[in-house]
Amino acid sequence: MYNDFAPIPIFIILSVVFIAFALFLQHLIAPAKRSALKDSPYECGEEVEGSAWVQFNIRFYVIALIFIVFEVEVVLLFPWAVVFKELGLIAFVEMVVFLGILTVGLVAVWRRGDLDWVKMVVPYGQGRYAKLAQPQDDVDH
Amino acid sequence: MTSFTDSLIELLGGLAWVPENAAGIIFVTVSVLVALPVFLFMTLNAMVAVYMERKVSAFMQDRLGPMEVGIFGFKGGKRFWGGIGQTVADAVKLLGKEDTIPGEADRALFIIGPFILFGAAFATFIGIPIGYGLVISDFNIGIFFVIAISSIGVIGVILAGWASNNKWSLYGAMRSAAQMISYELPVGMSLLLVVMVVGSLQFHDIVMWQEQHRWFLFHSPFTALAFLIFFASGVAEVNRTPFDIPEAESELVAGYMTEYSGFRWSIFFLSEYANMAIIALMSAIIFLGGWLSPLGGLFRTFNLEQSWYFLEGPWWGVFWISIKAIALIFVMMWVRWTWPRLRPDQLMYVAWKVFIPFALANIFFVGIWELLLG
Repeated sequence: MYNDFAPIPIFIILSVVFIAFALFLQHLIAPAKRSALKDSPYECGEEVEGSAWVQFNIRFYVIALIFIVFEVEVVLLFPWAVVFKELGLIAFVEMVVFLGILTVGLVAVWRRGDLDWVKMVVPYGQGRYAKLAQPQDDVDH
Repeated sequence: MTSFTDSLIELLGGLAWVPENAAGIIFVTVSVLVALPVFLFMTLNAMVAVYMERKVSAFMQDRLGPMEVGIFGFKGGKRFWGGIGQTVADAVKLLGKEDTIPGEADRALFIIGPFILFGAAFATFIGIPIGYGLVISDFNIGIFFVIAISSIGVIGVILAGWASNNKWSLYGAMRSAAQMISYELPVGMSLLLVVMVVGSLQFHDIVMWQEQHRWFLFHSPFTALAFLIFFASGVAEVNRTPFDIPEAESELVAGYMTEYSGFRWSIFFLSEYANMAIIALMSAIIFLGGWLSPLGGLFRTFNLEQSWYFLEGPWWGVFWISIKAIALIFVMMWVRWTWPRLRPDQLMYVAWKVFIPFALANIFFVGIWELLLG
């Protein structure tokens, strides 16, 4: 008898070996003609405008935090689910209380608007779009 | 419950020419022996699934291309095998294509990214049974293992997108990360119901339970809803249309895969189709009775004795689970060629404001259902 988890490291090593072998195979038969143009990032044929490593609006930052809370909850619920039928009502009531608190959290986050991907809707013709709403006289209809 | 690996180790250990105290070597050999078919399966799966995808799309949308490419005298045309030459051409093309890494990219992370994605999909297959006893390692935490390992893939996606130093890749990776973590919660929560009812995380116990009682799809209205949530979230987790925002080709070129080419690109492809197979197999095992014959349940309701027309047994089991998984993969393709893509905000809306509240309520109601009726 061996440990059930022992194949995992072997599989991970083998996945690297398999992929490395296939890449080596490709290295043997594929052409390799490098040029400065080919090495530049793809931007639909335009010349590359700056780097992509800029400060980026990570829209889902709050969502990622909420995800961690709920994922931990799911992890906690799995052992509970295994013994749920043996313990019966007591376990159920306790978990309802636990889930209730988390649901309140979800509702609070929902009300705060953290779950919305679009944070702010600018009505048509407001803010930086003000110019668009003005009647354009020079357009023939 | 003995796994496939156990039987192989026993077989090898019993051979006359194998030395007595070579348990470690035997174990490693057996692991490699079972890993090769998994790799072969992933490769074949991708090729067959791509062919299937092309044909399904061609029949559904009357596309001409996938119907025409013939090979070795097979003429194309609107037939079942028409277009099979394209599959062969694809495999040759992908291996023969130049492997480019952008000069400004972070080389190390660029190379590591696909390895992580592939490794995660590859290691997930350790825990997934394809028949009674046909599993590489029969974990007592089966479901948990599969969820945990398969979700490592998102790290590879982020690494690949960030390392490419390409705006499309960055957008794609960020959206992908948001999507994959959001849809992981409904997946976990809907699997929780099954664990509550069965009282075990092991795949074999879950199928045994379904053999004694009924398939989870028909067990209660809540488990049926859980199946829908699980399957839809699963489709979202493998980034398929209508949830393929990360690779939305009409707006993001190819998302996090933009800078990859040749075989490095097909690693992503292999993993994506492998993940599709994982989701289909998981749904089949957990909600659709796994390797149980659909006929068995039907005839048993008429109190007929076990007989040949149940089509049950170890090899029929593999047949049934494959049929169920292929049917589910077909549904995924059907959905892809029928519905348009969602917007990112709609995607987050569906995950956080529809699936998660429903999945939470589901846990509550299944608890009541089981306490009253179970």
